[in-house]
Amino acid sequence: MTPEELRELAARRREELQEFKYRLNVCLAAGCQSCHGDSVYKALKAEVESRKLEGVQVRGVGCLSLCAEGPLVQVEPDNLLYQRVRAEDAPELIESMYGKPLKRLACPTDAPFFAAQKQIVLENSGRIDPESLEDYLAADGYEGLMRALTEMTPAEVIAEMTTSGLRGRGGGGFPTGLKWSTVAKSKGAKKFVICNGDEGDPGAFMDRSVLESDPHRVIEGMIIAGYAVGASHGYAYIRAEYPLAVKRIQNAIKQATKVGLLGEGICGTGFGFTIEVRLGAGAFVCGEETALIASIEGKRGQPRPRPPFPAESGLWGYPTLINNVETFANVPPILRNGGAWFAGMGTEKSKGTKVFALAGRVKNTGLIEVPMGITLRKIIFDIGGGIPDGKKFKAVQTGGPSGGCIPEEHLDMPVDYDSLAKVGSIMGSGGMIVMDETSCMVDVAKYFMEFCKSESCGKCVPCRAGTDQMHGLLSKICAGEATMDDLALLEHLCEVVKNTSLCGLGQTAPNPVLSTLRYFRHEYLAHIQEKRCPAGVCKIKAAAEVHA
Amino acid sequence: MSDAPHILTLKIDDQDVSAVEGQTILAVARENGIAVPTLCFLKGLSPVGACRLCLVEIKGVPKLLPACVTRAAEGMEVTTDSPRLREYRRTILELLFAERNHVCSICVSNNNCELQSLARAQGLTHVRVPYRHPRLGVDATHSRFSADHNRCILCARCVRVCDEIEGAHTWDIMGRGIDCRVITDMNQPWGQSDTCTSCGKCVHVCPTGTLTEKGVAAAEMKKRQQFLPYLTAMREERE
Amino acid sequence: MSAKIRLATVWLDGCSGCHMSLLDIDERLLDIADRIELVSSPIMDVKGFPENIDLTIVEGAITNEEDLHKVLAFRKNTKLLMALGDCAITGNVPAMRNTFAIDDLYNRAYVENADAEKQVPGAVVPRLLDRTRPIHEVVPVDVYVPGCPPHADVIFYAIAELLEGRMPDPMKMGKFG
Ligand SMILES: Cc1cc2nc3c(=O)[nH]c(=O)nc-3n(C[C@H](O)[C@H](O)[C@H](O)COP(=O)(O)O)c2cc1C
Ligand code: SF4
Ligand code: SF4
Ligand code: FES
Repeated sequence: MTPEELRELAARRREELQEFKYRLNVCLAAGCQSCHGDSVYKALKAEVESRKLEGVQVRGVGCLSLCAEGPLVQVEPDNLLYQRVRAEDAPELIESMYGKPLKRLACPTDAPFFAAQKQIVLENSGRIDPESLEDYLAADGYEGLMRALTEMTPAEVIAEMTTSGLRGRGGGGFPTGLKWSTVAKSKGAKKFVICNGDEGDPGAFMDRSVLESDPHRVIEGMIIAGYAVGASHGYAYIRAEYPLAVKRIQNAIKQATKVGLLGEGICGTGFGFTIEVRLGAGAFVCGEETALIASIEGKRGQPRPRPPFPAESGLWGYPTLINNVETFANVPPILRNGGAWFAGMGTEKSKGTKVFALAGRVKNTGLIEVPMGITLRKIIFDIGGGIPDGKKFKAVQTGGPSGGCIPEEHLDMPVDYDSLAKVGSIMGSGGMIVMDETSCMVDVAKYFMEFCKSESCGKCVPCRAGTDQMHGLLSKICAGEATMDDLALLEHLCEVVKNTSLCGLGQTAPNPVLSTLRYFRHEYLAHIQEKRCPAGVCKIKAAAEVHA
Repeated sequence: MSDAPHILTLKIDDQDVSAVEGQTILAVARENGIAVPTLCFLKGLSPVGACRLCLVEIKGVPKLLPACVTRAAEGMEVTTDSPRLREYRRTILELLFAERNHVCSICVSNNNCELQSLARAQGLTHVRVPYRHPRLGVDATHSRFSADHNRCILCARCVRVCDEIEGAHTWDIMGRGIDCRVITDMNQPWGQSDTCTSCGKCVHVCPTGTLTEKGVAAAEMKKRQQFLPYLTAMREERE
Repeated sequence: MSAKIRLATVWLDGCSGCHMSLLDIDERLLDIADRIELVSSPIMDVKGFPENIDLTIVEGAITNEEDLHKVLAFRKNTKLLMALGDCAITGNVPAMRNTFAIDDLYNRAYVENADAEKQVPGAVVPRLLDRTRPIHEVVPVDVYVPGCPPHADVIFYAIAELLEGRMPDPMKMGKFG
């Protein structure tokens, strides 16, 4: 289809949507599905049908953000949000559309949880039917691509990305424009674009949600990238544990291919691009770019030393652009609204927004998108609603197994790549776990080390054997059996593993230990010198028992 | 004219050296008599950068890089030996000794083992991390060779020589992290392998007493690796 | 020349090969004999633990409660401690039992393989520790002399250097493991 035809399609869908006076958007993303959102959806649909109501649409949509209070239902045109809806609530909910809002289930949308968020990546999430191309088009979908293809040269697209200041959302924070221009400059008979949807951080579900709630956005980002760097083929690498994400992206690829947004001569231009889906078998290390590439090539998913970077020599030795799901999801709005618009948000060196999976000891857990530069305090206490059960805040962990724990004293620091690094953590891909006084920081460090140890690919010595030894030492500390020599050895191993491991997994595996040692050394000392776990988490045998 | 190799100049340990473009730091260092410890690297096999013993410091590069895979570049200033590098190398060797059961005194490769030699060269006196003592087996099902997993350091030389030189791909690595193990075929006993040609290349490239010939007593196994550069040179000539 | 140095040698879980090698120093022993006072050794009959030892040479790994008791007592009473041989330094052959559960070991040794009196002994035999350890995992070690057994020349070198008040580096004469 030509851009005109696509725009017509979009206009028609907008009209269709107008025909409905009322719309019930039922969240069918993973969180709400897991508490029977689908039965709510079915019940509402049945209710509308049995009452033969006109002008009422019941839609399954993507994530509505406040996962903790699911299943969520949003009612348009008044934009009322209902929480913890059950199938039995369907009749009452339908009646409320014509009368007064249903107070019993109302979720206050003016609360800071919603008000302090800023949605770019998730702008369509919960507002469109993820399985409908027309819905995406009606929400200005593929406008960015059309602009790129019909009005801009590849170099101009890259310049726009550079202006935007977007940095990779996969954890490293590498400037996206710079990466694109490196791949564009690399010489190769072929080039590839890879979307990294492996998302292996424990507790993280940002990329999953984007793929499930707005799959066309990621595809659009990939096509634009292909155009910019000169690639004609892309791979969407998605972990197999995300069947819904896989299904939706496959569906979206099929739809896009049908209308000529993928394939030869996209939008009537000379540019062609195709996308294939590849499934990851659930190894954390396969999210590392060189391991991911090995995995696509059908080899054992192990990293290889860089340089050469994939931008020079990647998939089958060809120049390869690899970006994260959320990075690609930021591309369409940047092309639609311009790089300067994007650069207007955030801090000096961290632009735009970041999606976080807020979890742990906060009242409101869920998927949030916030402007860069917001403070941690605002995220935890305004959006997150603070710590439940009157407990005291202790630390917030960002960056998952590669990140660190940040204590109270740094809560007023802005959330951006550089500030987080300065306090010993990282932005990471968006995991954010809040801990209160009931968490033992040594135990937390041990948990993450156990994760790294079991996810190490085993290729290089420091990570393979070092994570196992560090885990052993942390277990010894938790059991109250360690000496100060053990602590010194632990710190030494942290240094060696960090500086000598082959890939990011090993290089960052010591981070949770180092950051807890930096801010909570007294907890380590309590376990070692006083044989006591201050949080009461670790089971320490009384001294007499140890020697028995 | 255009085929003339591009010559680079760089510094290794304050020594001015020249390199042909494409050469690794390790190759240049060895040409100039500068010793860099290596374990997973073996000339003639594709380098993998896995053991991390050859890490060197490069001025202006924040990370340490493996000399066996990193290419020399114009103006590079490389340091192959420093207190910090020595300390890291020692720790990596200690991690290897503690990982499995290297009871050297009763090993057929005792005194002819690359791991032992490196430990000596790096001045290892004792292992500071606790020994793990995993329970591992010996595969003695092959008529001529045996594989003692207690002594394997997972350098993957056997995997590479079998795949890249012999073309049999009998060996591979199974499992993750500390549970990794070398296997023959689909984890069948070596003696039952359909692909093994019994050429013995893996035995001779194995740096430790893991893969050995049968019928040798403690400290009697000597590995002969000369065939490898010879074979690769022959092949390159033919190509 | 100052007073004689007080020397002790200890035999823990090892085969006594290191002590044999020590004796293999042969006539050179005579060269240093007048500078040494042997205060405790398995080749002597000494009860209890001497005090104010200058150098204690330990052969063998720490396997049972008696080994542990001895090594702690000697460490407390000695200025310098030398780990002699691979068992003392790495655990070597004695530590091979660490891959088995203790009960299985007792059972194998005293029941399955016994010809008579199939019974795990009681208090007369010191209990095995949870695992066999090299010396430095339990007490600080000052000098490591590797080998299985270490060559007499290496042992002589190490002792001679210590007598001269220098720290020896036996690794440059021997090999690790
Ligand atoms: C152990 C490890 C796991 C990783 N996992 C992921 C992942 O799940 N998703 C991701 O996008 N990037 C992951 N990365 C980062 C990628 O290697 C790569 O930097 C990223 O995909 C680049 O995309 P970006 O520039 O858009 O961030 C991981 C890196 C390491 C070292
Ligand atoms: S750092 Fe860990 S995950 Fe990365 S290559 Fe080494 S062993 Fe594999
Ligand atoms: S068997 Fe030998 S060659 Fe193969 S990985 Fe183990 S140590 Fe290396
Ligand atoms: S020799 Fe270079 S990493 Fe092993």
